[in-house]
Amino acid sequence: MRLEKRHRTSAAAYVAAPVGAVAFTLLVSALLVLWAGAPVGRTYALLAQGAFGSVFALTETLTRATPLILTGLAAAVAFRARLFNIGAEGQLYAGAIAAVAVGGMHGGTGLEWSPWVLFPLMMLAAALAGAALLLGPALMKARLGVDEVVTTLLLNFVMLLLVSALLDGPMKDPLALGWPQSVALQGDLELSRLVAGSRLHTGLLIAVGLAVLLWALLARTVPGFDIRAAGANPRAAAFAGVPVTRTVVLVALLSGGLAGLAGAVEVAGRTGYVTLDMSPGYGYSGIVIAMLAGLHPLGVVAAGIFVAGVLVGADSMSRAIGVPTYIADVIVAASLIAVLVAGLLAQYRVRWK
Amino acid sequence: MPAPPPAAAPDTVLRLAGITKRFGSLVANDGISLTLARGEVLALLGENGAGKSTLMSILFGHYVADAGSIEVFGRPLPPGQPRAALAAGVGMVHQHFTLADNLSVLDNVLLGSEPLWQPFSRRGAARARLLEVSRRFGLPVVPEARVGDLSVGERQRVEILKALYRGARILILDEPTAVLTPQESEALFATLGQMVAEGLSIIFISHKLGEVLRVSHRVAVLRQGRLVAEAPAEGTTQAQLAQWMVGHAVERAERRPARHVGDAVCTLDDVHTAGGRDALHGVRLLLRAGEITAIAGVSGNGQVALADVLCGVRIPTRGTAVLQGRPLPAHPQRLVAQGVARIPEDRHAVGVVGDLPVWENAVSERLGSRWFSHPWFTAGWIKRRAARQHARRVAETFDVRGGGPDVPARSLSGGNMQKLILGRALLSPDPHHPEPPRLIVAHQPTWGLDIGAVTFVQQQLVAARDEGAAVLLISDDLDEVLQLGDRVAVMHGGHLTDALPAEAWTREAIGLAMAGEGSGAGHAPGNDTP
Repeated sequence: MRLEKRHRTSAAAYVAAPVGAVAFTLLVSALLVLWAGAPVGRTYALLAQGAFGSVFALTETLTRATPLILTGLAAAVAFRARLFNIGAEGQLYAGAIAAVAVGGMHGGTGLEWSPWVLFPLMMLAAALAGAALLLGPALMKARLGVDEVVTTLLLNFVMLLLVSALLDGPMKDPLALGWPQSVALQGDLELSRLVAGSRLHTGLLIAVGLAVLLWALLARTVPGFDIRAAGANPRAAAFAGVPVTRTVVLVALLSGGLAGLAGAVEVAGRTGYVTLDMSPGYGYSGIVIAMLAGLHPLGVVAAGIFVAGVLVGADSMSRAIGVPTYIADVIVAASLIAVLVAGLLAQYRVRWK
Repeated sequence: MPAPPPAAAPDTVLRLAGITKRFGSLVANDGISLTLARGEVLALLGENGAGKSTLMSILFGHYVADAGSIEVFGRPLPPGQPRAALAAGVGMVHQHFTLADNLSVLDNVLLGSEPLWQPFSRRGAARARLLEVSRRFGLPVVPEARVGDLSVGERQRVEILKALYRGARILILDEPTAVLTPQESEALFATLGQMVAEGLSIIFISHKLGEVLRVSHRVAVLRQGRLVAEAPAEGTTQAQLAQWMVGHAVERAERRPARHVGDAVCTLDDVHTAGGRDALHGVRLLLRAGEITAIAGVSGNGQVALADVLCGVRIPTRGTAVLQGRPLPAHPQRLVAQGVARIPEDRHAVGVVGDLPVWENAVSERLGSRWFSHPWFTAGWIKRRAARQHARRVAETFDVRGGGPDVPARSLSGGNMQKLILGRALLSPDPHHPEPPRLIVAHQPTWGLDIGAVTFVQQQLVAARDEGAAVLLISDDLDEVLQLGDRVAVMHGGHLTDALPAEAWTREAIGLAMAGEGSGAGHAPGNDTP
């Protein structure tokens, strides 16, 4: 068996690829549902209903999508420049800690700034904290050729341990009855609700707004051209005059900053404080979402909502019919593999022998 | 010296019958049938994309043909198995060598030829056999030498020995003279004669018409995947071969010397660069307006470093580089803004960003993040309409075909890609205030192009020179150097000879200088001073 490059990708292949990917995903998941002894059609119906079938379901899905969109953007912009940032999870926690440090740590210090000053400061601190965490690996890659996959991945564990130390130490909430939990954010710094009676908050608007901004940056500006050129072919980019090293650093700041904002938005919009289980792997899911979206910022919004819908819908479906929620992970993983393979097959044909 | 053509009824060693290979809608090989006789040199001729490489890849088992069959020494060759081709006695010497630099000659020859389960390497016997093969075919080597220390010609010798050591009786040589000096090429031709006398058969792939006629007994010409002509080399002319290759009569461009040579545009004085094999050592060069200075030399002797310095992507460690009276800026976009047009050697890897559309590549050299207004961007925001407009002008003026401004640049053919790069470099951004380039740095500008595109590129360079540009042409192709260069200098080992008028050089003198033996290149007084 071998792969041969297609001379030209036909229009039919562009349509067939995503359709085939969806069909493959549904098929693989259906086999597991059958194995669990549940009716396939009803399971999928319940899943869709649990994700998008009511106002409550929709708000839950969008609430879950908010941090996923931000970490998805963080991965998308970094991967566009071939900076493989696997550390969005750690950067998210860095952002969350920074947000609480600015917005919750001065109870009793007499610092009474207006939220109009404090809120932007808090967001800026979160973005800078995430960016700072990625800056080291990016500089080491640009200057010394150190593989950023290894450094960013390992920094996730360093960051989690640091957060753990902070939650048991200087940032520990004295009212938390011994739970490792940070002090809470000031109430007036929390994001307001978008839909009354739900958990959906204005963080979604921040995430979607940033997606549009990032799309405009990449598609319409000179620095965006620099990022795409430096990622696609650094030698040709340097020949054309693109400052490649400076661009990689800029991308690191953007990517780390977006992941840091994901942490701040979660704290300000949903939890109100930092815990060690605040993120069920949003940083890693961001990579999946970015790949599903083909690294397109607006696609990240759609892919983020899709993944969030699968996760939320599976929770609700599982309660109703008894198929384990792990089916959600299978669906997300199978869809990623299917999309990647479909993209490959659109460009290559398989020759058997 | 080709041995006399084989006897009247030669025994056939290789038979390709009706080989057809499609890639999507492209037919790379269309029913090609060829035979090769014992002791014969068959030249396979054709432009880039004519199907030579595909055909050889099928013979060697890298591709599987859609139709057709191959017979080697009367036995069918199973398709798609490089090992089967090797075992049947087919050896290939690639244009880009497949040697491990850090291993010795003997190790490279043995690599992959010993079974894994053999506990000890039989190096003594292998060494004796290697020396025996090397003596028989007149290819002297030192088995213990490290391949990384060898010259390009010596490496090619190792590559050929590797094939012979494995018992190749049919040898495929892909563009073997592309990396050799004229003298090294002569030595190679002598070796080929010796191999043929030993009964080997050779397929010689080339696009240099002269040497094809010299070394081969028979010529087969491919065009657009079809075998369009097959003829004995004797009695065939270069013009005839060119016509077969292109499909119509080809006129060789006349040499047109410079008329008005102006002032110095760019000077390099005692320029050194860092780096190993490819560094510059005390290069002196003067480029004058209205004149083409051509640099000959085997690639890998510092040409890349010289081009990099003049393109603003490498900073000299010593010496001075001056552009129009001021230090040469080590920054591509500032160079471009000062009227330097740059044509890089590797158009795919360096010239364009293949994933990005044609229009972005057409403006990429002039996209600075400046905070004031420019025809194509304001404060970093790209004016897409104006930029695409310019891309369309580039495409029209320089005849770039292949799908408009929005297709990815990688989908362009080599010729169209080169025209895009030329257009980007030569066409000024403002059509109302054209600023013709002052200096053109062209590194291998016609490499791998078809004859039509070669002529187009060369005409553009000459036209720019006649409008007053100083042109630096770096080329492996001696014919091109002698045809276009008003003054010629030769590069070897990071050193550059003085640039003498093209008439002052003979081919032999250039060949010697390319090999680093040119004391005769001379220092004719007054030739290198303004």
